[in-house]
Amino acid sequence: MVDRTAAPAPALSLEHLCKTYGRIVAVDDVSFAVGHGEIVGLLGPNGAGKTTTISMILGVLEPTSGRIAIEGVDLARDRAKALAGANFAAVYATLPGNLTVAQNLRFFGLIYAVTQLRQRVDSLIEQFDLTALRDTRAGLLSSGEQTRLALAKAVLNDPRLLLLDEPTASLDPSAADVVRGQIRRLANQRGCGILWTSHNMHEVETVCDRVLFLARGKVLLQGDPKLLPREHGADSLEELFIRLARATPGAAR
Amino acid sequence: MRLRPIAGIMLRQFYLLRSSPARILPLFAWAAIDIVLWGFITRYLNAITAAGLDFVPHLLGAVLFWDFFTRVMQGVTTAFFEDVWSRNFLNVFATPLSISEYMSGLVTTSMATSAVGLIVMLPLAIGVFGLPIFAAGAFLLPFLLVLFLFGTALGILATALVLRFGPASEWLVWPIPALLSPFAGVFYPLSTLPVWMQWIGRILPPSYVFEAMRALFAGRTIDSSTLWLALGLAIAHVLFAAWLFERVYRYAVRHGLLARYSAESVS
Repeated sequence: MVDRTAAPAPALSLEHLCKTYGRIVAVDDVSFAVGHGEIVGLLGPNGAGKTTTISMILGVLEPTSGRIAIEGVDLARDRAKALAGANFAAVYATLPGNLTVAQNLRFFGLIYAVTQLRQRVDSLIEQFDLTALRDTRAGLLSSGEQTRLALAKAVLNDPRLLLLDEPTASLDPSAADVVRGQIRRLANQRGCGILWTSHNMHEVETVCDRVLFLARGKVLLQGDPKLLPREHGADSLEELFIRLARATPGAAR
Repeated sequence: MRLRPIAGIMLRQFYLLRSSPARILPLFAWAAIDIVLWGFITRYLNAITAAGLDFVPHLLGAVLFWDFFTRVMQGVTTAFFEDVWSRNFLNVFATPLSISEYMSGLVTTSMATSAVGLIVMLPLAIGVFGLPIFAAGAFLLPFLLVLFLFGTALGILATALVLRFGPASEWLVWPIPALLSPFAGVFYPLSTLPVWMQWIGRILPPSYVFEAMRALFAGRTIDSSTLWLALGLAIAHVLFAAWLFERVYRYAVRHGLLARYSAESVS
């Protein structure tokens, strides 16, 4: 029987997630949730397990153990249904350079089975300021333009969960500000839960409601990015990041 | 299985073909060259051998059918390689797209691209070199169906190979039809081969098609049960290939190969 009084499932829920490669532990018992309308920053030094965690949430890497649920749908049990409500943009997953902006959006729109695709593509092209580049091949776009295209693709299916891996890394400060605003609106107005990785601590402080600090595959700290530094005797999030990263054996110094 | 994602895979290939002559030409250029080359060889053979022997149906018919089979296999693998070449695995597989939808997209794409090759080959072979292909009558359909299914199976097997061993293993894929052709009895009866080669030939569905084609053009009757056997074998090959691809995909997901191949260049 369905419990109608129960709270709605979070956009994302990770329970005791582990990933090992032989004796190497990439992700070690990670549990957290991302609520609807919440932007959660996933921070950590290189090799901390951020990309491994994101790959598992995207269903392209199988966890060794643990559970992932997107809007309450177990990814391992019903992959298609779980991923239908999710999308992502990552610096290391550029869109096919031999397709134009509009062709890329139409292609992925069909893959995500987006309805009224023509109108959706037109609206996203306008929203992400890609009108003049509509028929330009993605491979010829500047890195900033490619980022805007990747973000347009990431919201094609009106996702309830959005995974963004350094979404503003190649944008100039003005463009990055615009994109941050768009993503913030997506969370506020559409109730989309967002998991955001970034090495720009100022950006994380500005955008994220909560941050998780990951090191050697474990969640070391989590909390409000505006309060965490003071709670741990640091002047800023960046100082706290550096201190934690340097205290982590094997992390880059 | 949903139709829109399958249409997406096809549409992507259509966009790529439309914008690139380098992709359009191979759909029919090599097939046309093969027909022209073998057409003249058969004419020459007809001229220098005893009257009454006609090499056109035997050799040119075999070339046409074998080329069609090769185009089907390459249609599947090329559509898959587009994702390898553009490092698009992560974008494609981190979606609700199921493996069966993805494979169906590759196969329907191949159906369209191999049909282009066939449409070019048929008028050339019939009009210029007088290939009596329609003498095959209703048998033409099972011939093409068996070859299509086996080409599909090999295409899926080849994609599984690349998914498992990485983009650099692409070079292993292209010679597969050439490696199989001696066993499939494309130009000669299986009885010409040593016994161990005949055994391999018997598990290859095209061998039954080529035996039937030769029988037909020689005026002998075709035992339709052998074509049913070929069809059954071809379906079994497709099922095995799909099963293997699924297994390899699971392995790739367990070991993180999909994410890694997105970053790996073709070397």
